[in-house]
Amino acid sequence: MNNARSLSKISLNLTLLVVVFIILFPVFYIVQTSLKSTADIYSGAFFFTAKTANYEEIFTGSRSNFAELTRNSLIVSSSVALICGFIGSLAAYSISRLNWSRWVGGGILVWLLFINMMPPIVFVTPYYLWARAAGIYDTPAAVVMAHVVLNMPLAVIMMMNFFAEVPKELEEAAVIDGCTQWQAFRLVILPVVRPGLAAMAVLVFVFSWKEFLFSLSLTTTSAGRTIPVGIANFVQEFNIRYGEMAAGSFVAMIPALILVLLAQRHIIKGLTVGAVKG
Amino acid sequence: MAQVSLKKNGDLRALFFGAGSFKYWSLAPLLVVLVIFTVLPIAQLLQMSVSELEFVEGELVSQFIGLGQLDNLAKDPIVGIAIKNTLVFVVAVVLIESFTGFTLALAISRTKTLSILYRSVVIIPLLIPPVAIGTMWSLMYDFNYGLFTTILIELGVQNPPLWTADPDLALISVIIVDVWHWTSFMFLIMLAGIESIPPSLLEAARVDGANEWRMIRHVILPVMAPTILVAMLLRTILAFKVFDQIFVLTSGGPGTATQVISMHIYKVFSEQFRLGYAAFLSLLVAAFMTVFVAFYLWASRVVRRRLT
Repeated sequence: MNNARSLSKISLNLTLLVVVFIILFPVFYIVQTSLKSTADIYSGAFFFTAKTANYEEIFTGSRSNFAELTRNSLIVSSSVALICGFIGSLAAYSISRLNWSRWVGGGILVWLLFINMMPPIVFVTPYYLWARAAGIYDTPAAVVMAHVVLNMPLAVIMMMNFFAEVPKELEEAAVIDGCTQWQAFRLVILPVVRPGLAAMAVLVFVFSWKEFLFSLSLTTTSAGRTIPVGIANFVQEFNIRYGEMAAGSFVAMIPALILVLLAQRHIIKGLTVGAVKG
Repeated sequence: MAQVSLKKNGDLRALFFGAGSFKYWSLAPLLVVLVIFTVLPIAQLLQMSVSELEFVEGELVSQFIGLGQLDNLAKDPIVGIAIKNTLVFVVAVVLIESFTGFTLALAISRTKTLSILYRSVVIIPLLIPPVAIGTMWSLMYDFNYGLFTTILIELGVQNPPLWTADPDLALISVIIVDVWHWTSFMFLIMLAGIESIPPSLLEAARVDGANEWRMIRHVILPVMAPTILVAMLLRTILAFKVFDQIFVLTSGGPGTATQVISMHIYKVFSEQFRLGYAAFLSLLVAAFMTVFVAFYLWASRVVRRRLT
């Protein structure tokens, strides 16, 4: 009995280790390819001398400009995280705590879920025209605009879940002590939900970092493009440059890999946001 | 509390500057964003889809054509293929990933020591850029130097498959990548569902002598049914958005083998530059999604009522 149990435990873990291998292998493969020379890629050699030539090429070479793209990606993702963090936490607090009628709160929530449900391609044509009309086409600002909208449902709904966990007595006590509603929010509630707010901002950063469709549609040169668009450009070229493609892809994965190392409960919740509300 | 005083004197100044004004200021930014960037675009889509739009010397020229886009729709040879491919893709990935996600959740819920390792690794595919996922897999699929070809040739296979370059295999290749990418999403929702099953329920079944299979079939699955329905709905919604990986892996090809609806609209917009028709198709997609989700919610409510 005991033996059979430990045997099934071992086989369960072995199977799961195979799953871990399947998930990690492509990541490993891309790191390996990014360190190979073109000749090594073509020969399919398993043993090779690792070189950083591909990384040097994408950042400083004449054919690509990952330095600029990385700068754009950083600008876009951090602005989006800041804006969504600010607007999202204010609105979520307002809806969950400031006695709005159920119609207002419910209506906004339904609309956010509706926006979340739309394939993003739906918004591409209007945003394209607006970006051109506003003179921000092909700048990070246009991409920020689109990403803020895309991530707003996540920001608001995630923050609402966090505020729901804060006991009401906390701000009642603050108001009795003479705080205005703003002060109660700013000085009492916000510090309590800070870990949640941080998790939300980090997640929005990563989602903005990996977004592709709008970054592609609202830009045409490296003045506005982000890293994913740069990677896709390698693919479209006649002569596919595998090594540089792999190097660019690995650079694009770095925030995700950092996030997994810091992975916490909050991040996992954010990944399936909406599941609770259904 | 504070807004009582507001209701009493009810003048505009109190609304904007009074003690209860935070209520309004806090929600205002979100409302502004939603109205400007989601309500107006949909209104604009309506307007664009009854127009023919053209850039003449950098100036946008719009001409009213009423329901003229319907003619374009009838004349479009690809839109039907794109809809078919999208439906095949969505149905396939939702069914496969429900199964793989559920199985994985069941397996990982039974581990103890290595549980944290499994959970952290499994979320990786959800966080890396889909474009990078497309790149990884196109490197492995490459029929000259890719990993799969290399291995198959080592094993003595004469004509290894061309994967994404073979019209018959392309959609399947894209589905395989999607299963790698999105099983984790189903896993996370299913795991939360499994962990919320009261242990006493499982214990009772075990005391009654239920074996593994009967336990899953008669205890876990029925309790999980609502969670599974929600997970499938969310995954379906996301699957309809598919674009990035297909753009990198196949760009909709070879021919139209992997042309999905988002890819098709993107091409109408960026290659053919027919903004009016692209807007019209976007509006159809938006309408379809709305009807689909409304129907699904209604149907799953009926199913749930039957089950309980």
